[in-house]
Amino acid sequence: MDMLNALVAILNFVVIPAASYGAQLALGALGVTLIYGILRFSNFAHGDTMAFGAALVILITWGLQAIGIGLGPLPTALLALPFGIALTAVFILGTDRVVYRFYRSKRSAPIILVMASVGVMFIMNGLTRLIIGVDEIRFDDGARFLVSVQQFRAWTGLSEGLSLRVSQALTLVVTALACWALFRFLNRSRAGKAMRAYSDNEDLALLSGIDPERVVRLTWLIATALAVTAGTLYGLDKSFKVFNYFQILLPIFAAAIVGGLGNPLGAVAGGFIVAFSEVAVTYPWRKIATYLGFEPQGLLQLLSTEYKFAVSFVILIVVLLFRPTGLFRGKSV
Amino acid sequence: MSNTRQAEAVSPWRAPVLFLILAALFLAEGSFRNALFSGSWNTALAILNMGLISAVMALGVNMQWGYAGLFNAGVVGFLALGGLAPVLVSTAPVQGAWAAGGPRLILALLVGLGTLVLAAQVWRRISGAWRVPALVAVLVAGFVAYRWLFDPAVMAIEANNSARAGNIGGLGWPVLLSWPVGALFAAAAAWGVGKVALGLRSDYLAIATLGIGEIIVAVMRNEEWLSRGVKNVSGIPRPVPYELDLQGNADFVARAAEWGMSPAVASGVWVKLLYAGLFGAVLLALILLAELALKSPWGRMMRAIRDNETAAEAMGKDVTRRHLQIFVIGSAVIGLAGAMMVTLDGLLSPNSFNPLRYTFLIWVMVIVGGSGNNWGAALGAILVWFLWIKAEVWGPELMRLVTGPLPAGALRDHLLGSAPHMRFIALGLVLLLVLRFAPRGLVPEK
Repeated sequence: MDMLNALVAILNFVVIPAASYGAQLALGALGVTLIYGILRFSNFAHGDTMAFGAALVILITWGLQAIGIGLGPLPTALLALPFGIALTAVFILGTDRVVYRFYRSKRSAPIILVMASVGVMFIMNGLTRLIIGVDEIRFDDGARFLVSVQQFRAWTGLSEGLSLRVSQALTLVVTALACWALFRFLNRSRAGKAMRAYSDNEDLALLSGIDPERVVRLTWLIATALAVTAGTLYGLDKSFKVFNYFQILLPIFAAAIVGGLGNPLGAVAGGFIVAFSEVAVTYPWRKIATYLGFEPQGLLQLLSTEYKFAVSFVILIVVLLFRPTGLFRGKSV
Repeated sequence: MSNTRQAEAVSPWRAPVLFLILAALFLAEGSFRNALFSGSWNTALAILNMGLISAVMALGVNMQWGYAGLFNAGVVGFLALGGLAPVLVSTAPVQGAWAAGGPRLILALLVGLGTLVLAAQVWRRISGAWRVPALVAVLVAGFVAYRWLFDPAVMAIEANNSARAGNIGGLGWPVLLSWPVGALFAAAAAWGVGKVALGLRSDYLAIATLGIGEIIVAVMRNEEWLSRGVKNVSGIPRPVPYELDLQGNADFVARAAEWGMSPAVASGVWVKLLYAGLFGAVLLALILLAELALKSPWGRMMRAIRDNETAAEAMGKDVTRRHLQIFVIGSAVIGLAGAMMVTLDGLLSPNSFNPLRYTFLIWVMVIVGGSGNNWGAALGAILVWFLWIKAEVWGPELMRLVTGPLPAGALRDHLLGSAPHMRFIALGLVLLLVLRFAPRGLVPEK
């Protein structure tokens, strides 16, 4: 019985939160890695793209709620998501046109593009603050739990409870669908193949008649769609706060680098690696040790939660030291 | 960066004229009282002092970016680390803190450091199947020993008079001594990061420094035994007299009356002038050293590396080593600025270290001023700082003007209320515009 309780506790406090957080990171890292593969720079504005998109989704959600449209048990934000993606994509394509295209045509050093993305980050950050303010916003409506602690206890008779929130389940489902669609697109469709070709060898792709501007536009579109989805899911799961999206940049970069920059499959794996290590290192294991028959004195917490970013940083450093191209062999430009 | 040398020369009068305009702005701030300026010399000098410190930060960033093309996205961390030095070096010792757990704490930190060194040695010396298990064993054993030593020591120190102290305290040495110590702290951290992230592709350094910046600030915020966390460390000693002492000094009051100033205003102005002299001296000394270094064979080598790494490498220059060198030196200058800033404030407030303000604003200063040119970086720093402070006043005024025709209502209130956020948009726009249309900045590199 205690073994079962320990298992349920691990599921409830480690596996489920880490899986949904990992899915959000994976979506974010996919965007970063795609932009790196095609445009060849690390986009510092990605976190704020997530925030900007999520803010638009929140506004549309409020609008929909005001006229009484909802999705029943599912959050209304899901309905607002496509509109949020479309609006953000218009903005992002605008920044590409106004900012990045110039440096691309000049073939500037990647670091100049990184710097430009910092400028874009500032503008998007300011716009997000302007639109929606800096306060914490909860916008999840509909049912809260798929499985609640009481229900689970009543079903199983265990003393340890397990809960699965709708936002967590939704994150996993949406991420799985997005990844499936993305990989199908990259592997099967003509445009996806053009993107991969461009990423592998720019000159060769140009010679075979691939329109570079079209590939770039497509990349921004996909990266934006992924970013806004990630931002909305993160906001649904943890509440929306502008500054959090700046801080999530580091775990996202860590995930993309662990998987190998430019490698989409690696980015997904990287997201889950970072999330699981972060949660496992900052979770106090005392309860589970007690179930297993130990009597620990401390909390058995390796690192306090304030230092969760240190985990992504350490992962980043270890990868840079031992395998700079990432676990799945990304690019090394 | 590669086309800087081919670009046409600019007038030699450009920098002096721009500095004169800057001086005029400060004079206006001090003497006119209207919608745009405050008319208070105290305000003008306060902006100038922080501007001078920003100029030192900008010099550090300029060394990294302007001389070597290295993107340091963690300026705030090196700054915070430098700011720790005045607390650890020059605040008064806390009674009983050392006895409560000082030696044990030092031992814990030594064990932690020793573990990392040992792990590196294990990795280097052992090969074959035992390499990874040995490494893991060293790390796990080291971590357990570290926590076993560290946790009780921290508990004891934080329990010691926790309402007023609760930290390890300082050594009580003169505060000026803490400035070079701050530079050393930042240099040590920069060496660690640079050793790992340099020599790989250029964005890795940006991402790694972004991480170390956030971690240093998180440590300062949470390690109460070190920096008192959110409780702040106040009462850091000053290198200049206190205003209250001056106001009690009969000579000073008489001198102030001669100038037609009240003792309160005069004492504030005098203290700020002393600070300005001190910071100005540091800034000029740094610019002099930097200019001399830049004109030396070493400086030519650095620029050669920046302009064409491959060619420099072919000529036998060790690019990664030189990058590490300049990265450490630049970070040391940023650390020095951090120590100066905390000295000026008399307060270490870990919560105030905001990356937008202390990393990216400094970047804008360097880019606007002219990357690669020390005078340009200093000019850009003081100018951007002045505008940044004044934007707080000018932004809402402008907003009121723009929203004037709108009917009073929710939209107008929202726009008026969100004027402060405009600063971020303005900052981003300035960065993008300068980067695009004047990449060489106000005072370009010669």
